[in-house]
Amino acid sequence: MTSTTTATGATATTGATAGHRGVDAALDSPWLRFAARRAGRFVVSLWVLVTASFLMIHLIPGDPVRAALGPTAPASLVAARRASLGLDDPLWLQYVHYLQGVFTGDLGTSLTSRLPVSQVISQRLPATAQLAVLAFLVVVVLAVPIGVAMGVLTRGGRARRRELAFSSASVVAGAVPDFLLGVGLVYVFGVQLGWLPVAGQQDASSYVLPVLALAVGPAAALARILRVEMLSVLQADHVRTARAKRLPAPKIYLRHAMPNALTSTITLGGLLLSALVAGTVLVENVFAWPGLGSTIVSSILLKDYSVVQGIVLVYGAGVLLVNLTVDVVLALLDPRSAIRES
Amino acid sequence: MTIAPVPPTDADQPAAPSRRSAAGTRWLAVLRTPVGAGAGLLLTVVLLLAVFGPVFWSDAADTVDTTAAMQGASGEHWVGTDALGRDLFARVLVATRLSIGLALLATLIAVVLGLLLGTAPLLLGRRAGRLVTAAVDIAVAFPGLLLALFFAVVFGVGATGAVLAIGFAGAPSFARLSHTLAAGIADRDFVSAARIAGVGRVRVLVRHVLPNIGEPLVVNATIGAGGALLAFTGLSFLGLGVQAPSYDWGRLLQDGLSGIYIHPEAALAPGVAIVVAGLAFNLFGEAVAKGIGLTAAVNGAYPVRSGPRADTVPAPVTDDGTPATDPGPAAGRPVLDVQDLSVTFPGPGGLVRPVRGVSFRIGRGEAVGVVGESGSGKSLTALAIARLVEQPGEVTADRLEFQGTDLLTGSERSHRRLLGTAFAMVFQDPMTSFNPTRRIGRQLAEVAEEHQGMNRRQAMGRAVDRLRAVRVPAAERRAHQYPHEFSGGMRQRAMIGMGLMGEPTLIVADEPTTALDVTVQRQVLDLLAAVRAADGVALLLISHDVAVVGQVCDRVLVMYAGRVVEDLPAAELGTAARHPYTRALVAAVPDMHVDLDSPLPVIPGRPVDPAHQPPGCAYAPRCPLASARCTVEDPALADDGTGWRVACWHAGEVADLAVPGAAPVAVSLGERA
Repeated sequence: MTSTTTATGATATTGATAGHRGVDAALDSPWLRFAARRAGRFVVSLWVLVTASFLMIHLIPGDPVRAALGPTAPASLVAARRASLGLDDPLWLQYVHYLQGVFTGDLGTSLTSRLPVSQVISQRLPATAQLAVLAFLVVVVLAVPIGVAMGVLTRGGRARRRELAFSSASVVAGAVPDFLLGVGLVYVFGVQLGWLPVAGQQDASSYVLPVLALAVGPAAALARILRVEMLSVLQADHVRTARAKRLPAPKIYLRHAMPNALTSTITLGGLLLSALVAGTVLVENVFAWPGLGSTIVSSILLKDYSVVQGIVLVYGAGVLLVNLTVDVVLALLDPRSAIRES
Repeated sequence: MTIAPVPPTDADQPAAPSRRSAAGTRWLAVLRTPVGAGAGLLLTVVLLLAVFGPVFWSDAADTVDTTAAMQGASGEHWVGTDALGRDLFARVLVATRLSIGLALLATLIAVVLGLLLGTAPLLLGRRAGRLVTAAVDIAVAFPGLLLALFFAVVFGVGATGAVLAIGFAGAPSFARLSHTLAAGIADRDFVSAARIAGVGRVRVLVRHVLPNIGEPLVVNATIGAGGALLAFTGLSFLGLGVQAPSYDWGRLLQDGLSGIYIHPEAALAPGVAIVVAGLAFNLFGEAVAKGIGLTAAVNGAYPVRSGPRADTVPAPVTDDGTPATDPGPAAGRPVLDVQDLSVTFPGPGGLVRPVRGVSFRIGRGEAVGVVGESGSGKSLTALAIARLVEQPGEVTADRLEFQGTDLLTGSERSHRRLLGTAFAMVFQDPMTSFNPTRRIGRQLAEVAEEHQGMNRRQAMGRAVDRLRAVRVPAAERRAHQYPHEFSGGMRQRAMIGMGLMGEPTLIVADEPTTALDVTVQRQVLDLLAAVRAADGVALLLISHDVAVVGQVCDRVLVMYAGRVVEDLPAAELGTAARHPYTRALVAAVPDMHVDLDSPLPVIPGRPVDPAHQPPGCAYAPRCPLASARCTVEDPALADDGTGWRVACWHAGEVADLAVPGAAPVAVSLGERA
């Protein structure tokens, strides 16, 4: 899935960060401009997201209430439910109500269970968030040391064999989609070895396989990118300067080379991270994880559109937050990115 | 990862040409590479299965045999049977058609929609176009799977809905790609020409733009098809795609996962099929992309220029009796003493030696210049004496002593402090020689923290003091700025300040003014001279600019093809140089007296390729004095007793046909120096 979306997204993010010309006035002014521009972009994206999730229910052909209640439900019940949901109001009024609801945390009620959607989400969100955050940490803990170390070891065409082994392993690991990796992990560690639980969220051991399924692909991709970035940074003039200062090797690699390699890595890493957030949908379904991902799928199948609508909103907002965070971190690490054009 | 489109070279584009045949050859060439061939073969197998799979295996796949339900792998059923006793191997093969077909269909939708959205800005004009671009920008920030889920809800559960959903979800990224590509083409001269000639927007798009963005689009679509396949199996696996009784790989995977404890093959077989088919599309697309030059290859090349077929360098290159006598007029113990220094790199055709037996000394406070054309080994010599040549380069020397310390023996660690405080380096390009992510002050302070045992605050104080010493205005504030906030000249001064963090006895400056503009060059040279005068620091100034070296230095080493060919007092450079190469270099310096009506003097011929050193004097092929002996025997660098050294069989002789303009220019330079 990542293939087309990620890379073109890369251009999107850099294009989005596009700052201003003519800086160098006051010390903070580029920062303020960057912050204002980025915040503005976030708000616009959020508005588009809210509007899209509002429109979703109206774009569905036919009557969503009829679909949810089934063909056998009496017409009076359908009409009553439509009225209670406000679906008979004019579209603009519904939109206003929807916006009000989103701001006050009221995302409507489930068409099937009649529970408030916000309650459904608050029950399920923690499980998904834990999964995504843990997986992200594992990605970083695996990818950064491996990528940096491989960059240092294979610089200037050194250790060709190791490079080949690393490259092919990371290509394959990066190409296996998370849900298939999940199935493979279930087979090896659940069925064959019987070491780890393969379904549900219980104790710590139940986190291992879903987190790995989510993390391995992005970690491989990130390590690969980081290695290439390290290779080019290690050839940079300023690394030679650091060597001419006679700094010890760890300082040269970690303090001078790595931060420069990270700036371009984080741009792509952010895309991998938002793909990882979306990846929870599939992985949760492999491991019967009681999070938003399994809920959204079961709600789609039940045609419980108000729950779907709410969860789409949460996932979308999560992705937007990830993108925002990535841009801010980038600007902190590399001040030029805040003011760079394209 | 998708492929960053690199604009096609101008040579490809005289006027919206049809590139079909050229493209065809390139795609064929890709199939001859190992990865391309492997991926192409795999893709062919997958596509053949998609076409013929159902023809051959439909019967086996649909034959219900309840007596053989849920069996494991056997000779009869390679991966066992499902709950109805149908052969799973056959079902996986048959499912190829639906899986691949739907993925390709979704990709087609994505490409067509993307192309429409991406080229819309060209057709719609500025305002509406910008709106479309902004919408695409926002959409593309969301992961494809999320978009696919959204559209799956809108279009409804089922195969049709899933195809549309994945097509729509993929559209934004193709829109962005085609927008970028089309915008690149639309700016070109032949498109502008067509516009001016009155060709309409649609016609420009169809006739001129589309043919030129087709190839990268197709390549990305190939990779995109792999992504669509994975996405589709994902949706089917979730139960949102293909519905029973139809089945694709995702559906089979879902069925298999529920029974994975009893019958794991049922889940693993479709899983393997998905991975293999996905890899086939991805690898093939990327191989083609690489083949047709859509990505820049990362090369770990060595800093050695060599011909396409470099011959092996014969082992005995030099060592022809470089004088063991004391070179240079150094009084007392020299700061730097270099004897027979060579640098070797492995090249494609064997070892290459860009520096061959260089010997010189630098006395305390002495300023020595090194001149020569690019590729003469000047910079590499500087890196070698600074012990900064990295693997696979190798430095050898009879002696390499800095302040009496042998740098050749002992670990890098043991010399770290000495070199870190007493040996300063200034590099050519101040734009790139500072770390862009760290504040200037910190980059200076680091030296004191590392080698002088200062704490953070003390070191920062020292850094500010040093910045002041190199005349950086408002040093306190500047120290907290990043390199990009400094001008080029100020950065180079800060770099010199970095060298002054310790108490240097030698500054090696490698082309310190080349990257600066002329007015700033003066400031930097004056600063180096002032530092020298104030602290008695020795200077090794490397430059291709004879005039600069003549002004700043006491003594000049002239390098050619990795060797020192003349070592003479700077004052004599303009008037009394004995080596014909030195004279030619001096003659090539234009000044105010040059007659602009006659062509500027140049040195005829080209510098020697380090991979192809001639047996005799390396300069012989370009030398007006060259005799038969010069092409056979390499002259040693001989001392005349005064410390003046020349490596030439015809040192001091005057050619019958001197380089035009040589004499007057030489005199005028001498007057200035």
